[in-house]
Amino acid sequence: MVDATHRAGGVIPPAEVPELELYHPKSWWTTYVFSQDAKVIAIQYAGTAMAIGLVALMLSWLIRLQLGFPGTFDFITPDAYYQFVTMHGMIMVIYLLTALFLGGFGNYLIPLMVGARDMVFPYANMLSYWIYLLAVLVLVASFFVPGGPTGAGWTLYPPQALLNGTPGGQELGIILMLVSLILFIIGFTMGGLNYVVTVLQGRTRGMTLMRMPLTVWGIFTATVMALLAFPALFVACVMMLFDRVLGTSFFMPALVEMGELTSHGGGSPILFQHLFWFFGHPEVYIVALPAFGIVSDLISTHARKNIFGYRMMVWAIVIIGALSFVVWAHHMYVSGMHPLFGFFFATTTLIIAVPTAIKVYNWILTLWRGDIHLTLPMLFALAFIVTFLNGGLTGLFLGNVVVDVPLSDTMFVVAHFHMVMGVAPILVIFGAIYHWYPKITGRMLNQQLGLFHFWVTFVGAYAIFFPMHYLGLVGAPRRYPELGGTAFIPESVADLNAFISITAFVVGFAQLVFLFNLIWSLRYGKEAGPNPWRATTLEWQTPTTPPPHGNWGDERPVVYRWAYDYSVPGAPQDFIPQNDPWPDKPLTRPA
Amino acid sequence: MTVALVLVLVVVGSILFHILSPWWWTPLASNWGYIDDTIIITFWITGAVFTAVVLFMAWCVLRYRHREGVRAAYQPENKKLETWLTIGTAVGVAAMLAPGLYVWAHFITVPDGAAEVEVVGQQWQWNFRLPGEDGKLGRSDARLVSFENPLGIDPDDPAGQDDLVIEAADLHLPVDKPVKMVLRSIDVLHDFYVPEFRAKMDMVPGMVTYFWLTPTRTGTFEILCAELCGVSHGFMRGTLMVDTEQDYRAWLQGQSTFAQLSGSRQTGMVEEAGQ
Ligand code: HEM
Ligand SMILES: [Cu+2]
Ligand SMILES: [Cu+2]
Repeated sequence: MVDATHRAGGVIPPAEVPELELYHPKSWWTTYVFSQDAKVIAIQYAGTAMAIGLVALMLSWLIRLQLGFPGTFDFITPDAYYQFVTMHGMIMVIYLLTALFLGGFGNYLIPLMVGARDMVFPYANMLSYWIYLLAVLVLVASFFVPGGPTGAGWTLYPPQALLNGTPGGQELGIILMLVSLILFIIGFTMGGLNYVVTVLQGRTRGMTLMRMPLTVWGIFTATVMALLAFPALFVACVMMLFDRVLGTSFFMPALVEMGELTSHGGGSPILFQHLFWFFGHPEVYIVALPAFGIVSDLISTHARKNIFGYRMMVWAIVIIGALSFVVWAHHMYVSGMHPLFGFFFATTTLIIAVPTAIKVYNWILTLWRGDIHLTLPMLFALAFIVTFLNGGLTGLFLGNVVVDVPLSDTMFVVAHFHMVMGVAPILVIFGAIYHWYPKITGRMLNQQLGLFHFWVTFVGAYAIFFPMHYLGLVGAPRRYPELGGTAFIPESVADLNAFISITAFVVGFAQLVFLFNLIWSLRYGKEAGPNPWRATTLEWQTPTTPPPHGNWGDERPVVYRWAYDYSVPGAPQDFIPQNDPWPDKPLTRPA
Repeated sequence: MTVALVLVLVVVGSILFHILSPWWWTPLASNWGYIDDTIIITFWITGAVFTAVVLFMAWCVLRYRHREGVRAAYQPENKKLETWLTIGTAVGVAAMLAPGLYVWAHFITVPDGAAEVEVVGQQWQWNFRLPGEDGKLGRSDARLVSFENPLGIDPDDPAGQDDLVIEAADLHLPVDKPVKMVLRSIDVLHDFYVPEFRAKMDMVPGMVTYFWLTPTRTGTFEILCAELCGVSHGFMRGTLMVDTEQDYRAWLQGQSTFAQLSGSRQTGMVEEAGQ
């Protein structure tokens, strides 16, 4: 490993050399397990997130078994069904997507892309991962305790979540769920502060904020949002834990549980909903903004064209981030909150559509007059635009208060949020993995397997979730283990449900092919070289691939230009790395 | 080629599915046709945007696919284009929001003459209460719920004595008369949802919520619970019948008041105890 600290008179003042020595790992344990290297932590985060995500995927199969073929599988009791749905939703949103985008991509890409050697607080960064792992283990433990995990829905609405009549309500399930969330938030905060401070303080010379790749902007803004939004969930969890364990009544009014009056009184279930969605809506964008950023870079790189309207894109990210704190109650139009709120929240919600639409336009305007290479990352980016656009447009139904009234709590909602925050960000994750895997491992992922994975996932996911909107239009409520003999629901709905289920199994299978590809290519993938996509951003300019601890060898790069100098007129090649001073000299390196 | 083709197929397939599939909303049975209209407007606008954007993308993929020797254009910004797109989007959004808010204003303004009907949710059945002769519902509180008084009606409030209590049975409404559905729960969240009415609203313990509607055709409708309320949420069904004025009167005659019910239940208890 090249060690920066040994270069006399180098970038690092000699007085600091002994301290830096301390920071380098000395043993196998500190290199690979209790590592403080953001890249190793990134892989730990990503590996754990994908492992638990696999559980969530398998839970979706169980859910679809029941919905597609109700009454066929005896082991899926209503209790079990609700537990599957709850755990599926919670794992997907928090433990997979949030952890993978911020803990995984954030850790790997932020230091490399801004030209830093590592995160600013490596020790806290390491703790962040281990606390996240603990949170996951507590979550997993809830599958094995008496009564099983909570079945309260991923929204955990009290009073139902804390009572008999809901799986895990009066058993351990809900307690473990709340404890796990509290741990997750503590762990996240340690990592999150790192990402923010590193972006603000750790950038290399020349890397101004307005030269940062949009990936960094997306992850940065999402992290700031998460740091502001998670505390609402944190206090909600603590208060709810008190209600459940100490008998307080923050969220519990006087009520009857299975015929018996409980000792609770005076609390407000709606207060919980406000706290939950004050976190929950920004959460949608905590997942979406990193995806926005990453997909912008994928499109620009693989269309060999600068991102269209960069400044507009940055401002759109920031404005969306800010506005998303004043729209939360669009999840509560029919919750019984004061009806006048509807005017305010519908207006703010539809206003967000404008900066969001600008992002979509700018992506396709980047394709326009580009030099489009249909690589796997590009294919996933295109698929993302389609699904995100689709999901964003159905958001205009649900955001427009009165239109939400018939649709809320139906399968329309399930279809909408899967398109927009399930399928769309996951497509970006795949695109991003195909894109950065060569940097992380030094090898390319297999193209044939990748194409199979792409087509099945894109077409399949669209075929699952597009028709699902129409179940909601018919009036089928969500969170029903079966629709039963309901007069207004035509028989043919059962066929549609069976079709969706079978498609879901096929799409699920394709994910196993992807996992196989990840492992297989580690050994047998084509050698990638340092910059296989001929990209401009700093992570592709490291002296060694994969980059070692410290990232940059002797000297940190100096940045001369923005991240999008593709196809610059007059340049001898169709990309100019950010750390290239051309036309003042270099740019002789082989393309 | 393939990619552009699939993108076109996604658009064409989605539109055909929309037009041809048998899955569409159930025939309306209330005054909330406005809501259906707003959904239709939204479908047109969003459908047009989806079609335009995806087709444009397909064209770009086809036209600007990588060819040897061709470079991408270098164009970081285009102020004019960006401004026009922003304005166009804002207009489209306003075209959906304006009717939406207009109808919402209707939705939350209960007309003066609306009759009150109370729905009381409980795991996992529907109960109802109608005001008696006095036209007023008596006070209620979950703390008063007991076997004799399943809805927690305050026995000390004279307004409650003549209230009609309908426990776990069908609810009837007269056709063409506006009703304010007053919603309450004695245990957890529920949501009163009749798809043909289009309207729904959560029922929250400790609170009273409401919405209003005018049933516009007679018939039998299913009541579903639309807010997760525990394991039997999916099975929490009820029946609502919209009657002609005459049938409705006849049905009303058959209902018992709170005073009658609590009297008979108490004597029933005494008799049981005496045996
Ligand atoms: C192939 C992949 C997936 C399939 C087939 C699938 C299917 C489902 C189904 C059938 C439901 C239950 C609907 C209901 O009756 O209420 C559900 C709920 C949910 N899913 Fe997925 N899902 C998938 C991936 C995802 C992803 C990637 C996310 C990440 C955002 C996600 C988030 C959720 C959430 C939040 C819920 C709601 C849980 C609740 O109601 O409490 N799902 N999913
Ligand atoms: Cu939201
Ligand atoms: Cu329910």
